[in-house]
Amino acid sequence: MSAIEVNNLTKYYGKARGIIDVSFQVDEKEIFGFIGPNGAGKSTTIRLLLSLIYPTSGSATIFGKDCIKYGPELRQEIGYLPSDVFYYEGMKVIDLLKYSASFYQKDCTERIHELSEVMELELHRRIEDLSYGNKKKVGIVQGLLHQPKLLFLDEPTAGLDPLMQRNFFQLIRKENKRGVTVFFSSHILGEVQRMCNRVAIIKEGRIIEIADIHTLQQNNYKKVRVEADGVEAAYFDLPGVTNLERSNGAVHFFYKGDINTIIHKIGELKVSDVTVEEPTLEEIFMHYYE
Amino acid sequence: MSANIFKQEFKMNLRSVIIWSVSIAALILVFISLFSSFAKDAELLNQAMARFPKELLAAFGMTDLDLSTILGYYSFAFLFTQICLAIQASNYGFSMVSIEEREWTADFLLTKPVGRTQILTSKFLAALSGLTITNLVVWISSFAFINLFKGDRTYDTGALILLLLSIIVFQLFFLTVGLVVSLLVKRIRSVTPYAMALGFGMYVLSAFGNMLGENTLENITPFKQFDPNYIIKQSAYNLPLVLITVVVILVSLTGSYLLYARRDIPAVV
Repeated sequence: MSAIEVNNLTKYYGKARGIIDVSFQVDEKEIFGFIGPNGAGKSTTIRLLLSLIYPTSGSATIFGKDCIKYGPELRQEIGYLPSDVFYYEGMKVIDLLKYSASFYQKDCTERIHELSEVMELELHRRIEDLSYGNKKKVGIVQGLLHQPKLLFLDEPTAGLDPLMQRNFFQLIRKENKRGVTVFFSSHILGEVQRMCNRVAIIKEGRIIEIADIHTLQQNNYKKVRVEADGVEAAYFDLPGVTNLERSNGAVHFFYKGDINTIIHKIGELKVSDVTVEEPTLEEIFMHYYE
Repeated sequence: MSANIFKQEFKMNLRSVIIWSVSIAALILVFISLFSSFAKDAELLNQAMARFPKELLAAFGMTDLDLSTILGYYSFAFLFTQICLAIQASNYGFSMVSIEEREWTADFLLTKPVGRTQILTSKFLAALSGLTITNLVVWISSFAFINLFKGDRTYDTGALILLLLSIIVFQLFFLTVGLVVSLLVKRIRSVTPYAMALGFGMYVLSAFGNMLGENTLENITPFKQFDPNYIIKQSAYNLPLVLITVVVILVSLTGSYLLYARRDIPAVV
């Protein structure tokens, strides 16, 4: 059974586009990346799955159950970290966490303290006095305290310092090892690349690619850099070569096609250095958006 | 209903409830404490008032007002209590759901394992409990201050009880209308102007109705439906008009549940 299954989900806000005909599925226990720039429809998709908003057409199931009809029941097992964290002002952190815990059928006290320690969150501060990063920590603890089976993370690391980001990712990995499914939405591709097994790329409300990160990198452009005596950029002007340029005494280009062709071509030169790399997710992503 | 939401909402509302209750009690005290000085020259006052333009008196609900009796005097003071109660109840109605969307806390509450009907019921009952506290304070201060300042005069307890019993329906009108309007519009940026507009607007509508002597539009305002002067004088409600209030309350409340169940919660853009 898939943890999430989305079928032809469409959402319009009046005339404005939210998402169009989005379909994908997330397996149980996987970390699924959801990437796209601001306004592409990432948050809209998550908000539909949490029934904060209702679809224009299409449907979605979580753990095999319709996400609207069984919403309240399903949310016992869902943790959500919104991209912007706002809480009832005037409340102390611990009061808010206790209020949050009061919605679940288990005792979360121990877990609250455990998580706050990892995230170095001070429990007795007023929420209104907290910086953005610290509010984000409240959000993280709040989203995890009931040990959900499915986690929605909407741009979770914004505002966190690098040290905290590392703690956070360790936390998420640990949860994932326990069997938690993670839906990870972000526009920071480095972190998606580090964390996720599969990604969906969304552009202007439509899914344009769903693939394994590995396959995505392998079946894509190779980044080639050749440093050789007296080589001109024009030497590599072959079918499948793009972004050809020469700088700092080396020729750089992207190549898609039979790698042997390029290896032969390079073999005829007297090279001093060669690198052939898989593109980063960022470069692939930029390609989709060009 | 969820007990935890109710508790949280009630707690967040409590400060405002206390401020409103104390202010209204003070208002009643100030008005009634002036009664003895009014009553001394009541005959003179009634004569003077007879010379005021009829329209002016009508605007303040003072037509045929007898300031020489304590309840006659109190029914005049009660109009101002009603205005306060109307603004308070409208305020709670308008902010009940909209405050969460303005401060973006709706995402927190609505991703918890509770249904929307349950959330709205809890919030509604919490607001109503707050209003009931204010209501009780009005009851207590009315009886206490009237007895304290009436001197050796007597009054019709039944009429006073009837007047005070109207408060809950009066509050429900503004609470539910405020709520349904807040769900009909896309977003409320600030609650106060809306609450003032509804509370005051209804009063002005009734005042104008009285002045112009027309009786169509004014029938939709609770200030007309629960005109204190009428209730005290007749020792009865104007039943057909009260029925209108009850219908408006039921329609607004049903509408609110339907609208909230299908509402798209706006996100930060």
